Amino acid sequence: MNLDSKIPQGPLAQKWDNYKANQKLVNPANKRNLDIIVIGTGLAGASAAASFGEMGFKVKNFTIQDSPRRAHSIAAQGGINAAKNYPNDGDSVHRLFYDTVKGGDYRAREANVYRLASVSNDIIDQCVAQGVPFAREYGGLLDNRSFGGAQVSRTFYAKGQTGQQLLIGAYQSLMRQVNAGTVEMHTRTEIVDYVIVDGKARGVIARDLVTGEFSRHFGHAVVMATGGYGNTFFLSTNAMGSNGSAAIKAYEKGAAFANPCYAQIHPTCIPVHGEFQSKLTLMSESLRNDGRIWVPKKKEDAEAIRAGKKKATDLSEDERDYYLERRYPAFGNLVPRDVASRAAKERCDAGFGVGTTGLAVYLDFKSSIERLGEDAIRERYGNLFQMYEKIVDDNPYKEPMMIYPAIHYTMGGIWVDYELQTTVPGLFAAGEANFSDHGANRLGASALMQGLADGYFVLPYTIQNYLADDIGTPRMTGEEKEFVEAEKEAKAKFEKLLAIKGERSVDSLHKELGLVMWDFVGMARNKKGLEEAIEKIAAIKKEFWSNVKIPGSDKGMNVELEKASRLADFITTGDLMARDALNREESCGGHFREEFQTEEGEALRQDDKFAYAACWEYQGEDKAPVMHKEDLTFEVVKVAQRNYK
Amino acid sequence: MGNNISLTLKVWRQNDAQDKGRYESYKLEAVSVDSSFLEMMDILNEQLVNEGKEPVAFDHDCREGICGMCSLYINGRPHGPDDDVTTCQLHMRKFKDGETITIEPWRSAGFPVIKDLIVNRNAFDTIIAAGGYTSVSTGGVPDANALPISKIDADEAMDAASCIGCGACVATCKNGSAMLFVSAKVSHLALLPQGKVEAARRAKNMVAKMDELGFGNCTNTGACEVECPKGVSISNIARLNREFLSAKFKD
Repeated sequence: MNLDSKIPQGPLAQKWDNYKANQKLVNPANKRNLDIIVIGTGLAGASAAASFGEMGFKVKNFTIQDSPRRAHSIAAQGGINAAKNYPNDGDSVHRLFYDTVKGGDYRAREANVYRLASVSNDIIDQCVAQGVPFAREYGGLLDNRSFGGAQVSRTFYAKGQTGQQLLIGAYQSLMRQVNAGTVEMHTRTEIVDYVIVDGKARGVIARDLVTGEFSRHFGHAVVMATGGYGNTFFLSTNAMGSNGSAAIKAYEKGAAFANPCYAQIHPTCIPVHGEFQSKLTLMSESLRNDGRIWVPKKKEDAEAIRAGKKKATDLSEDERDYYLERRYPAFGNLVPRDVASRAAKERCDAGFGVGTTGLAVYLDFKSSIERLGEDAIRERYGNLFQMYEKIVDDNPYKEPMMIYPAIHYTMGGIWVDYELQTTVPGLFAAGEANFSDHGANRLGASALMQGLADGYFVLPYTIQNYLADDIGTPRMTGEEKEFVEAEKEAKAKFEKLLAIKGERSVDSLHKELGLVMWDFVGMARNKKGLEEAIEKIAAIKKEFWSNVKIPGSDKGMNVELEKASRLADFITTGDLMARDALNREESCGGHFREEFQTEEGEALRQDDKFAYAACWEYQGEDKAPVMHKEDLTFEVVKVAQRNYK
Repeated sequence: MGNNISLTLKVWRQNDAQDKGRYESYKLEAVSVDSSFLEMMDILNEQLVNEGKEPVAFDHDCREGICGMCSLYINGRPHGPDDDVTTCQLHMRKFKDGETITIEPWRSAGFPVIKDLIVNRNAFDTIIAAGGYTSVSTGGVPDANALPISKIDADEAMDAASCIGCGACVATCKNGSAMLFVSAKVSHLALLPQGKVEAARRAKNMVAKMDELGFGNCTNTGACEVECPKGVSISNIARLNREFLSAKFKD
């Protein structure tokens, strides 16, 4: 397996400029004859498809939703980072780069992260030009706020709806290209396989979710931007339809899957309340700007609160343990997500948790409301407070919010080189779907940055470098044997699922998988548990393929059939995550192995053994995958134990 | 917390766009009042699957009120009997034990039914494609702070831009008008200097497309504003009319 990262020559700060200076280009007349398939319409997919269309390529864009505007990027609340240094607080491209590598616990590729930081400012300019209504100061200039893992304010935001506004900006640019005829949009259409011709990605097999019909689509290159695989856990902050199938299909066609065990557990989500629950709702990290996290200092108080005999507001200041401020005085409530999540788990496991289940901590706005007034807090977080109140039926202006960590984002994903190309030539991966920029932990407000960086400012360059060699390749018709064969295989899989006619609903099996993942491959992992998880996942796989129950047929819309096909891939993902977590005998970022921690319970890396990206190669159905290493070398960053004290 | 209720659901079932459709009734026991409306639908579907029946198809995705996918018409109201919420944010505590709940899809000429409770809202994308953007391509734009924008305008643009494209405004309108949706986009962009440049052209093209797609006229009943889960104001329609008229005068 070729894992050449293709990092350009030169000092770190000049690598991207060097790349652009030397890359191959495609002239306008040739662009019209080149087709690009883009899977997904989130921030990465929509921005890439729109940009390709503007450049003059012929684009086919696919989404499973009824409109490209529904992609789950829309749910990102808090903001987007950029190194503008508008607040004059000492920020720079270098600092954003450094914070991101450090925040990722030194498990990301330096060159990619530096490029991300260096295009971050262009993203803000682009979005403003599109009419994204970022928050502004009274002077008319853009406002910033702080996010975890940084000591500067570099986060641009649009109320608590930043993802929505950025996605709508990209979506509108995309629809402009649809109108111009450069982008052909396929809604309610799922990609069920890739077509590989002579070792290169040359197309996809799609399934129309309304009619159930299959179709073949050719592209000189294929970009997959379908997000992460957090829904492997069933309960996560991802949307119900978010799935990792396009990634798993790529993996099964030869794309390496890197660092699958790096999953981010977000510290501030509304706690689980019952077994019928369908998803977990995130409360933006931005709330940690003004909210203070605490649990009772005394166990008796925690017990009384759990029993409903006491309320949070009954406890005086000195009866409260603001444990993040206590443990991490320098960063306080704004420590990175992995640190905040583990600290919440530690307190709850020790018996100080609140809520009826004991699996919750308080996020309290009392002192901010006293300091700034209720109106200022409403202005900043009004929609988040309203969302909380609708779900929980409590008024967070009066009572502190209750929160608990939940699966939110996956840093791992399809391995890509500096050009965002996978190990399958011609297949590119962008946004959360790739493994590229966040190492073992992503900092808040960096997902939006990465999705848009990949789509607006990286792929438009790198894909040309690839396509320049393809200007003489004629379009294929879809009748070639590789297309026919791929469609036949995909159809067979759906027929196989329908033929099982077992006893168990898709959801019941997915929940079972989710519980195994949460218990053994969740916030704290250990060797024994991971070995057990691999066995349990294999058993779920067997149960699924022999006993799943899917009513209806493959004609017309069949939601259960869609879910079943995605669950088959989540099972593969779950197995990969457990294997990767078992292999990685260290703790780093979102991956915490109980055997590897400092005396204070912090993550303990093993740099001498694990300073690499673990890249898994598919070996065939029911065969264990093989792991290859991409060694990480750090030229600029000084690798150290992360310290947020 | 912890209370359960029993319900009778009268649900619209329709196999595909050609099917005539009909109501079917289902009984549900022991639904927790803390579950969301869509979780209640999950419970119904789990029950149907276990009985070997086809579950009810309904649109949903983010389940936190922002994607705009969910689109149920519940007891005669889009997104049901609570204000400022989408269906996914509606909770069962808003219903009584023993209640019968009627669940229908959006009903409008602009949104044909695909299956059961799922409708086709592609018309909204087509309207945006007709002009709901600023005509700038990637790269070569000025610095984000080059042009100060008054906070009041920026905030007002943000309020208009918070539309989630769910279509509740169309579903509740007796004329099936898409004016609130169109006006929210026209306002959002017209309020900002970046969008002001082509405001007149945008208004004209989007309105023409809306008319072409079979949406009705606006007669200012204000129902759309009441049902909008994001509280998008009807004053946007007045701004759209202004932009539209000034565009027409220039012709």
